[in-house]
Amino acid sequence: MAKDQLMPYEQAIEQFEVVIGLEVHVELNTKSKMFCGCANEFGSEPNTNVCPTCIGLPGSLPAVNKKAVESSIAIGLALGCQIAPTGRFARKNYFYPDLAKNFQTSQYDEPIAFDGKVDIELEDGEKFEVLIERAHMEEDAGKLTHVGGATGRIQGAEYSLVDYNRAGVPLVEIVTKPVFGAGAKAPELAAAYVRAIRDMVKAMNVSDARMERGNVRCDANVSLRPRGQEKLGTRTETKNVNSIRSVENAVRYEIQRQAHILAGGGSITQETRHWHEDRGHTSAGRPKSDADDYRYFPEPDLVPVVPAAEWIEEIRATLPENPALRRKRLQGDWGFSDLEFRDVLNADLLDQVEATVAAGAQPQAARKWWTGELSRLANAQDVSPDELAITPAQVARIQQLIDSGDLTDRLARDVVAGVLAGEGEPEEVIEKRGLKVVTDEGALVAAIDAALAQQPDVLEKIREGKVQAAGAVIGAVMKAMGGQADAARVRELILERAN
Amino acid sequence: MSELVFKPASELAQLIAKKEVSSLEVTTAFFDRSEKLNEKTFSYLHLDRDKALAAAKQADAELAAGNVSSPLHGVPIAMKDVLTTKDAPSTAGSKILQGWIPPYDSTVVRKIREAAMPILGKTNMDEFAMGSSTEFSAYGPSKNPWDLTRIPGGSGGGSSSAVAGFLAPLATGSDTGGSIRYPAAVTGSVGAKPTYGAVSRYGVIALASSLDQIGPVSNTVLDSALLQDVIAGYDPMDSTSIPTSLGSMAEAVRRADFKGLKVGVVKQLSSDGFQAGIKELFDDTIAKLVAQGVEVVEVDCPSFEYAIAAYYLILPAEASSNLARYDSVRFGMRVEPEGNPTIERVMAATREAGFGPEVKRRIILGTYALSSGYYDAYYGSAQKVRTLIQQDLDKAFSQVDVLLTPTAPTTAFKLGEKLDDPLAMYLNDIATIPANLAGIPGMSVPNGLAKEDGLPSGVQSLAPAMQDAQMYRVGALIEQLYVAQWGAPLIAQAPNLEVANG
Amino acid sequence: MSEITPDLVRHLASLSRILVTDEEVEKLAGELGVIVDAVAEVNKAVSGDVVPTSHPIPMSNVFREDEVRPSLSQQEALSGAPDSADGKFRVAAILDED
Ligand SMILES: [Mg+2]
Ligand SMILES: [Zn+2]
Repeated sequence: MAKDQLMPYEQAIEQFEVVIGLEVHVELNTKSKMFCGCANEFGSEPNTNVCPTCIGLPGSLPAVNKKAVESSIAIGLALGCQIAPTGRFARKNYFYPDLAKNFQTSQYDEPIAFDGKVDIELEDGEKFEVLIERAHMEEDAGKLTHVGGATGRIQGAEYSLVDYNRAGVPLVEIVTKPVFGAGAKAPELAAAYVRAIRDMVKAMNVSDARMERGNVRCDANVSLRPRGQEKLGTRTETKNVNSIRSVENAVRYEIQRQAHILAGGGSITQETRHWHEDRGHTSAGRPKSDADDYRYFPEPDLVPVVPAAEWIEEIRATLPENPALRRKRLQGDWGFSDLEFRDVLNADLLDQVEATVAAGAQPQAARKWWTGELSRLANAQDVSPDELAITPAQVARIQQLIDSGDLTDRLARDVVAGVLAGEGEPEEVIEKRGLKVVTDEGALVAAIDAALAQQPDVLEKIREGKVQAAGAVIGAVMKAMGGQADAARVRELILERAN
Repeated sequence: MSELVFKPASELAQLIAKKEVSSLEVTTAFFDRSEKLNEKTFSYLHLDRDKALAAAKQADAELAAGNVSSPLHGVPIAMKDVLTTKDAPSTAGSKILQGWIPPYDSTVVRKIREAAMPILGKTNMDEFAMGSSTEFSAYGPSKNPWDLTRIPGGSGGGSSSAVAGFLAPLATGSDTGGSIRYPAAVTGSVGAKPTYGAVSRYGVIALASSLDQIGPVSNTVLDSALLQDVIAGYDPMDSTSIPTSLGSMAEAVRRADFKGLKVGVVKQLSSDGFQAGIKELFDDTIAKLVAQGVEVVEVDCPSFEYAIAAYYLILPAEASSNLARYDSVRFGMRVEPEGNPTIERVMAATREAGFGPEVKRRIILGTYALSSGYYDAYYGSAQKVRTLIQQDLDKAFSQVDVLLTPTAPTTAFKLGEKLDDPLAMYLNDIATIPANLAGIPGMSVPNGLAKEDGLPSGVQSLAPAMQDAQMYRVGALIEQLYVAQWGAPLIAQAPNLEVANG
Repeated sequence: MSEITPDLVRHLASLSRILVTDEEVEKLAGELGVIVDAVAEVNKAVSGDVVPTSHPIPMSNVFREDEVRPSLSQQEALSGAPDSADGKFRVAAILDED
C-alpha cells in the first residue's frame, strides 16, 4: 500500500483550521440483547447466543429490551440531552454479511435523545464544550473473521466466517456536532472526549466500557479548511478507533495527511478510512457504493417509544455524579496537589480513596495507603488494588489506630498483612498476632536501661548535644520490644534520662 | 371416499369430541382425498401423512385421557406455507427457500399444535405472498376446484383450493392486501382477516410487516370463527400484537341477530369496475338484509380512490427490506457464479436465481420508493393516505356497525389471463386493500354464483378495528340467509372434483 | 412520462443485490414505469399537514424485560446454512483481490 505523504503537524495547523466530529458507539451491558432474549455475553462459543431473531431467520420479529431503553435515556440525560417525547426505530438498509437481516434496526429522524453538551478539560486546564447532536439506540452487527491470504485481513482473504453472537447487542451511538476551534489541540480534545464518554458510561454502569473488547468504539470525522474560509472542507470518517491513544493518533494523522493533499492542490475524497494502530496510519476503506442511500424508514415491526415524564425523572434520579465534576469536587475537598490527584486517577483508585475517607481516614493518609503500600501488595499479587481482600473501612480503621498511637506504621503493615491473609478484622489480627504497641512504661524503661548498659557513652554524647546518638538506642529498644513500642515515646524517655 | 370430508369443521369437532369418530379417521380421510386430488388442484406443496397421523393419534389419546385441548380438538388443518414449521419445509412459495426447514415453529403453528389439531401439510401460495392467483408460486399454480382452468385466487390459493376442494376442513391464510378474502371469494369459501395484531405474526414469513395478518379459511363462518379463537391472542414475541382479548368469535356467530344492525355500503366500492353478475349478487345480499329490517346507508370514503396506489408503494417498500435477508448466508439457496466471486456477487446471483419476476419487480419498486429524494413523494405520501383512509373509516363507522362491499371485482379468471399485466392483477384487490391499510378486520362470505359464468362470488364485511366480533356477526347472518335459500352452504354446489378435468 | 430509466433500474437492482441482464433492465424499466405512473397519484391525495400512519393500530412503549431466554444450539443455528466451518457461517471473500 502506498504510503501517505504527511505535512509536519505545526505547519498543518498553521495553514488549516481543523473541524472534528465524533461518533461513539457504546455497547450496553444488559443481560439480554436489544431485540431478543439471547445472552449479551462476550467470549461464548460462536453462534451459541443466537436465535431466529438475531440471525434474521424468515418470520422472526424483534421485541425491545426495556433496560436498554432505560440505559439509553440515562446516557441521554448524562449528556445533558433532551429526551424525545416520541422516539422511533428505523431500518437502515444495506447489505453486509455481518448484518443478519441486511438492515440495521436503528433510529433515524426520531432519536431517543438530542441536543446535549459535554464539558471537557484538557490536561493543561484548557476547557472545551463539545455539543451533542443526538444519541440513538441501535443494534450491533455480528463478527467477521477473514481466512486465508497473507494477513488474515479482509484484503486478500479466501473466505470469511460469521459469528452472530454479537449481532443484536444493544448500542447507543452518540454523535457530536462539528467541533471547531480546538486548533492544534484537536487530537487531544478528541481523545479527552472519548475518555469522558467512557468514564461516564462506566460510572453509570450501563456499559462495561472496555475499549479493548470494543464496548466503546469511536469513528472520527476530520476535515480541514483554509483559515478564514467559511465552507466546511470534505471530511473523512476513520472507523472503529478502539483506544483512547488511537483516537488522538488517528486524528493527528488525518490532519497531516489531508493538509498535505490540500496544500498540493489536491482534494479530499469523502470516504471511510481505517486506523491501523500497529502501523500508525489510516487506509482507505471499501468504497461503499450504497453508502449514500440507506433507505431509512420507520421499523414496522416495532411501535414508538413514548417515555413518560415520570419515567424520565425516575431514571434521572439514578444518575451518578458526572465523573468530571466529581473529580473536580473531590480534589478540592481533599486538597490534593495536581500530581497527587493524578497519581490516584492513573491508578484508578478514586473510588477506594473516597470510600476510605468516607470511613473516617484523613484524605492524605487514605491516598498514601492506596497509592503506596496497598498498590505495592496488589502489584506483588498481580491484581488491581481494588481486588485486594481488604475494604476501605478496614484501611480507615487501621489508620485510626495509628493516629491514636495504638499502632506504629510497621505494626500497621503487619495488620494489613493479617487482614489480607484472612485473619479477620484489624482488631482480631492485632489480638491474634499480639501486635499492640507496648504502653507499659516500666517495660520500656527496663528495655532502655538494658540498651544503655550496652552503649554507656550514648548519654554522654546526648548531653554534649549530639542528640542523634539516641537513634542507636531507640533501634535497640525497638528490636528488644519486637517493634511493638512507640518510637517517639522511647526517644522522649532516653532524652529524659540524659538530663 | 369418506363422507367425513364434506362435513364442516365444527361438526367434525363434535363427532370427535363425542368419540363417534376418531381424529385418526378424520385425518386419514382428508389424507386419502388429498393424496388423490392434489395433482388436480395443487393445493399442497408438502404433505406429510406420517406426522399428521401421529398427531391425530396423539389427539385421540388425549381425548381418551379426558383432556380436551380446544373446541377444534382433533380436527386436521392445512397450513399456508408462509408459516414456519420446525418439522416441515417452509418455503413461502419461493425457490430461494426450497427445502428450508426452520429451527422454530411460528406462534400460530404452536397454538395449532397445542389445540391438538393435526397439520395435514403446507399449502401453495404466490411467492412471498406477492400475487392474486398463485401463478407466481415458484412451484406452479393451484387450481380452482370450481373450474380447474381458473385461478383459486391468491396469494392463498393453496389454502382456498384445499378447503373448497375438501382436501382440508380448515386452513390458515395470510392477508396483506386480500390474500385470504380474495381466494375465499373466488372459490366460494369463507376467509377472514382479523384486526391487525389480533393474531401473532411471529414465524410468519414477512411480506409487508405493517399490513400482514394471519387468519382462517373455511367453508362456514362458524368454522372460521372457531379457528380464529384458536390462533388469536397476545404474543410477546410480536411487538405489534394486541394485548387485550377481542372475545370469542364463535360466540359472536352463535349469538348473531339482526337487532339494531346498521350496515354501510361504500359509495366508491359499489358501482364501477365490478362484473355485472357480482354487482347483481351484491345488490341481492343488501336486499335480503333490508328484508330483515336491517338499516342500510351509503357512506362516502373518498380516500379509497388512492388505496391501491398507496398499497403498491407501502408493500414493495416494506417487502424490499424484509426480503433483504435472503442473501445465501444463513439459510436458503446459494448460487456461486463462475470464477472467484465476492460475497456481493454471490448474493446478487442467488437473488437473481432464487426470486421470481414478480418478487424482483416489487423489490426494485420498493427500493425506488424508499430511496433518498423519492421517499417523501412515494413512501411518505402513501403513509399519509393511510391516515386519510382511517379518517374516512372512522367517519363511516360512526354511522354504521359494518361496511359491506363485493369482495372481488370479478369471478375467478383463467390461468395465464393476467400474467403479463401486473397492473390489471393489482386491481383484483381494490375492495380488500383498505382494510389492510387501516388495520381493520374484514371477511368474505359466499353470496352466490355469478350469472355470466356460474362462478362463486363473495360479499365482504368490514368492521372497526378490534370489533372482529361484529364482522363475524354479520358474516354469520348473511350465511344464514343464503343457507335458508340454498339449503346448504354454497360449497355444496361445487362440482365433483373426482371427475373434474383440468 | 415515467422517470424510470434503464440506468435507474440498474442502480436500484444493484442496491437490492439482484443481478439483472440488459434485457431484463429494459423490460423492468417499462413495467415499473407503468406502475410508478399509476401509483404516483398518492402525491395528489395528501397535503403537508396530514400525519403519516406507519402502524395501523396506535400503540407505544411495547417492551420486554431484560431477561435471557434460551438460544438455539449452534447446530440448530447453522442447520439451514449453505456452508459453515468452525461453528460459523462461511461466506465468499468480501473484497475482490486487487
Ligand atoms: Mg449507527
Ligand atoms: Zn437472539
